[in-house]
Amino acid sequence: MLTVLSIVLDGLVYSSWLFIVSVGLTLVYGVMRIVNVAHGSFYALGAYLMASAAGYYFARGLPPAGVYVLIPLAAALIGLSVGLTLERGLLRFFYGRKEIVLVLVTYAVFLILEDVIKLVWGVDPYYAADPYRLLGTVDIGGLPYAVYDLCLIGAAGALGALLWWGLNRARLGRLLVAVIHDREMSVAMGVNVTPIFAATFVLGAALGALGGALTAPEISVVPGVGAEVIVLAFAVVVTGGLGSIAGAGLGALIVGLARAAVIHLVPSIELFVVYVVMAAVLALRPQGLFAAAAVRKI
Amino acid sequence: MSSAFPPGKSMPTSSTAEAAGVHEFVAARDYTALALTLGLIGALLCATFVPAYLRFVLELALANGLVAMGLMVLMRAGLVSFGQGLYFCIGGYTAALAGTALGVRDVFALLAMGAAVCALVGFLCGLLIARYREIFFAMLTLAFTMVLYGLLVNNERLGSTDGYNVLPARFFASELSPDKFQLALFVLTCALVYVVALGLDRYLRSPMGYLGEAIRENELRVEYLGASVRRLVLIKYVIAGALAGLGGVLTALAVGHVDPDLANWTTSGEFLFMALLGGIEHVGAPLLGAIILGVVRSYALEYVPYLWQMMLGATMLAIIVFLPDGLWSIMKRRQKVGKTVGI
Repeated sequence: MLTVLSIVLDGLVYSSWLFIVSVGLTLVYGVMRIVNVAHGSFYALGAYLMASAAGYYFARGLPPAGVYVLIPLAAALIGLSVGLTLERGLLRFFYGRKEIVLVLVTYAVFLILEDVIKLVWGVDPYYAADPYRLLGTVDIGGLPYAVYDLCLIGAAGALGALLWWGLNRARLGRLLVAVIHDREMSVAMGVNVTPIFAATFVLGAALGALGGALTAPEISVVPGVGAEVIVLAFAVVVTGGLGSIAGAGLGALIVGLARAAVIHLVPSIELFVVYVVMAAVLALRPQGLFAAAAVRKI
Repeated sequence: MSSAFPPGKSMPTSSTAEAAGVHEFVAARDYTALALTLGLIGALLCATFVPAYLRFVLELALANGLVAMGLMVLMRAGLVSFGQGLYFCIGGYTAALAGTALGVRDVFALLAMGAAVCALVGFLCGLLIARYREIFFAMLTLAFTMVLYGLLVNNERLGSTDGYNVLPARFFASELSPDKFQLALFVLTCALVYVVALGLDRYLRSPMGYLGEAIRENELRVEYLGASVRRLVLIKYVIAGALAGLGGVLTALAVGHVDPDLANWTTSGEFLFMALLGGIEHVGAPLLGAIILGVVRSYALEYVPYLWQMMLGATMLAIIVFLPDGLWSIMKRRQKVGKTVGI
């Protein structure tokens, strides 16, 4: 019973984390048709910025509860600076090229940012465990559980709800949906795609950085965190269907629960199961669980 | 190599301008064999004149070049694999395990085993992967290599992230001193690359080789011409896998150690970089890319370790923007080939 409970809890926490990390990737793909390898760099940048900002914050002796405000701030800062620079300064020159070319371009950006991070923050690990420890643990059915982890579930839920509301109710979001469904037709109807693309990429980058900033208190931030995350995010997004927000949610849930179950039952195939789920879904449903199949062009 | 067309049919001939262009291309004077032979002689001379560490760098670069040549076969068909590390790693671990578990020490037997295992795995994975194109091909190849990475990282018996030591191989049943072994391995690597490059060049100029480019341009038309695209892609995928396996065996023997990072997606990214840097127009192009990358990397890691990936990324961007056909397109004089080969 305790195993089942911990599998469900761990699974939910891990799913929430996966959702936060990968939703920006799927958003950018859905709107811009860019499989953004540099998403991993945004994650790493968010984690580093949060780690050093939290360290600075506590060194100044400011009220501890306020440290959580830094998380969205770090994410927004990365999105608006790095995200906007990349989109306006580089990516827009490649619009209309094949998707695979953009994979290579963003891969190149990823490599560059990896070293930028090393140059700015060095190669020593950063720790910012205070926000994690401050919240303490809570007893759930005889299982002591970190409150910070439980908050991740709440954060993912809130993020999902916010994105749903934004895409379905807000004006910008509905324009986004129009562009996702048919870019050419939206342009014909007078939608100005340029600012929408910029806004989407900034939002996607900020979401990636948010994932990193939320994770920073739980891990030691070291070079290479981005490279690990990007393949996980790919797996989630491809499982759910590239470009679908609901798909990212479902993909995160499947992958998260599968990994939690495996960790508790057969720990030796822990990493392996994530990609097996992805490969299995791709084999049965190449376009992913949620996305529509592409029309074959002659 | 069997024809891609069903028995009883031959390659359809056409008198269109495109076919004439291809014919002209084939008829143009070709220095491939000469250049490769000169390259082989040059490399072997290197072995005697350059210091041992540089020879070692060149050896690893040539082993990587084998993987990049395999990738070129796929990329000519428009298929960008983010997962050649899978076969590179399988080749390496095959060499390591065959030595310790099965007692196979002969270098030729190890090479044959590595290529055979990779061809088999490539065939099985290829049955699935050959159905996908573009992004999904890239993602699925990435997934497969990460599956292996995940398995190896969690496998204590194979050393987890620390990896596994490779026993030194024997040449013709004789145990060599480490210096002589490295020299012999270098000569073998050069010879193998030479043979593979010549064979691959023949393959790329065969009807089946040209059909790769046809698949990239329009695979539905290839189907209408009577060739099975899926079978062609599968064959190309198996070839690429076997070549990556050979590269893996050679690397494992040269380094004497294998670890799961061989299967990590960043390794596959480097192979992709080699093929992009050199180009995919000619068998020599990815080799050129591999050698440049290998030599520059060994110096960059020495002098500017934290700028190395930045250099890679910046060069990659520059290549994509300014030289989409790779460095080879500079060396090549303008021929009437028409379409560019790059992605």
